[in-house]
Amino acid sequence: MSSSYFFQQLLNGLSIGGAYALIAIGYTMVYGILRMINFAHGDVFMMAGYFAIYAIAIFPWYIALPIAILGTIILGVVIEKIAYKPLRSAPRMSVMISAIGVAYLLENLANYLFTAMPQSYPQIDILKKVYNLGGISVSRVTILAPILTVVLTFALIELVNHSKLGMAMRACSKDQDTARIMGVKVDSVITMTFIIGCGLAAIGSILYFTDRNTVQPYSGALPGLKCFVAAVLGGIGSIPGAVIGGFIVGICQIVITAAGYSVFSDAFTFVLLVIILIVRPSGIFGENATDKV
Amino acid sequence: MRSIKKLLACTVGAALGAVMITGCGSNSNGGGKSDTIKIGVFEPKTGENGSGGAQEELGIEYALSVRPTVTVDGKEYKVELDWQDNQSDKTVSATAAQKLIADGCVGVIGGYGSSTCIAAGTYFKDAQVPIIGTSCTNTNVTLGNDYYFRVCYLDPFQGTVLADWAIENDFKKIATIDNIGNEYTSGLVATFKKEFEAKGGTIVDAETFQTNESDFKAILTNIKNSGAQAVFAPTDYVYAPLLLNQSADLGLEVQWIAGDTWYNPVITKDAAKNAEGVVVDTFYAEGGNADFDKAFKEWLNADPKRLEANIGSDKIVGNQVMCYDAYMTLCDAIEASNSFKGSDIQAALKTINKQDAIGGAITFDENGDAKKNTTYICKITDGEFKFVEAVTHEE
Repeated sequence: MSSSYFFQQLLNGLSIGGAYALIAIGYTMVYGILRMINFAHGDVFMMAGYFAIYAIAIFPWYIALPIAILGTIILGVVIEKIAYKPLRSAPRMSVMISAIGVAYLLENLANYLFTAMPQSYPQIDILKKVYNLGGISVSRVTILAPILTVVLTFALIELVNHSKLGMAMRACSKDQDTARIMGVKVDSVITMTFIIGCGLAAIGSILYFTDRNTVQPYSGALPGLKCFVAAVLGGIGSIPGAVIGGFIVGICQIVITAAGYSVFSDAFTFVLLVIILIVRPSGIFGENATDKV
Repeated sequence: MRSIKKLLACTVGAALGAVMITGCGSNSNGGGKSDTIKIGVFEPKTGENGSGGAQEELGIEYALSVRPTVTVDGKEYKVELDWQDNQSDKTVSATAAQKLIADGCVGVIGGYGSSTCIAAGTYFKDAQVPIIGTSCTNTNVTLGNDYYFRVCYLDPFQGTVLADWAIENDFKKIATIDNIGNEYTSGLVATFKKEFEAKGGTIVDAETFQTNESDFKAILTNIKNSGAQAVFAPTDYVYAPLLLNQSADLGLEVQWIAGDTWYNPVITKDAAKNAEGVVVDTFYAEGGNADFDKAFKEWLNADPKRLEANIGSDKIVGNQVMCYDAYMTLCDAIEASNSFKGSDIQAALKTINKQDAIGGAITFDENGDAKKNTTYICKITDGEFKFVEAVTHEE
């Protein structure tokens, strides 16, 4: 195995891991606050891909990408208001089922609006510039993905730990009712959580699809599930955990495929889920919450 | 408020009831009492093969416009197409097949993608409804199924011809890419490998991926590392732009070889310059029948919707010719049998000899496969599929 081959595969793993990490943050944050798995998140990520395609058809990229991110955020917030908010006092299972319903709705809506035909993701020159370094060929977005992920994660951790909004978020995640009594506007905190989660998913989708070129209505399903596994692996509710989980899932996927076992690459992700749930259900960074029974 | 809800519930209930009653009514008419008969179309409108199915539907729709009626017992019957979407999904395929049978179709045409056809085949066999395959090239579609016929050539033939082409053009070290769970791709890779190795070539790397995968960088890096001169990747066309663009990012410069599915404008559109030089084979190359080409193009251009479904161009895809031939063959068989009974039409299909088919004469062998031995090799040059040579392979 030559070293250039090794580094090429490592870069492949880091770039996909970075995108996974950004999506996994969305799962983990929503879980932290609402204690529900937002199964529609992967499909919101897919819709972000379509938003970018249509925005770039009209505007130059530096206007189009913010518009796509904004569109994704609006979609996420609307989903929360329509599908989750009315169920705030319902059992958690109902919200989860509602999320699964939204996931199917989004897939079929995309099928109807944009057709099942895979659409070409715009190739933004500034992101697609290819570097050639001693046998390794790498596009700028491949390098950018892990760096951007780490930077955004640090910014987010800063926000959660050292801002008023962050404090409100932590309060809600500990105990919603008490937080409400203390004057925290729980609903707007939840909205903020969806804004951040969907914004990161939109950035993740730009990194992911620029490298993978095509978007189709089911593009979000499998990455969504894998990022869910990443979030559980890292310890659902923990932001650094989601990022580490994302990188682990991404790199494992590349290592297994590169070793010639692509048959098992998806299966492995889910075997990982089963193992982590048996061995350490709270994940790598998860708090050992003692649920009152 | 409550009374409004009740009213609504009653209205919806009544509407559903009405639909069911009328639904049953039209079913009983399907048998031939009225002046129309139904021919089923079993194609994917959605899912990974959605655009391939949509293109094939154009071929069938055009065929209907050319021949809107069949004559049985001296009486002219109007043909009505019954479109069912199999969603490129094996499970949905079974439901779609049952719906077509329940609708009383006298025969069925379809479809794109071997996996779905295999999944649906037994239903048509059990119900004795003859079905003519358009571009499902896997051997198992018709094997052991007396009611499944097909007008295109088969994977063993296609894989063999492409392997011969690779040897003749001096590609001795080739990597293959297989899609696990896809009968079409796996079948082609297997027959290609057999012929290629028998003729002295070496498969230096055999990569696989799973359906709906979109990240091919790991396997493409392996191929780059293996030193292959060419890559044989007879996947569904959705994966083509991804493979081509990602290999360009990785600096992988090889000759790409693929099967009939890659003969699709999606590739030249989405992979643009990265698609240059790709070699594919196809069922029919434009220019094979000038009159047909001209009339079909006029029909496509007459409606912007048709052009859109054909991915914005009036290029004829080989599959559409197969669909046209399948429809015409089925109509011929209905008229020859002079009956709407499935077993009669099936008997007529077995002995049919259709010399005027656009994509080459059609006679069926004992498996129900058209005896075809010619394929058309095309290469992408300047963003278009350019016909290179017709290859005939005698067993």
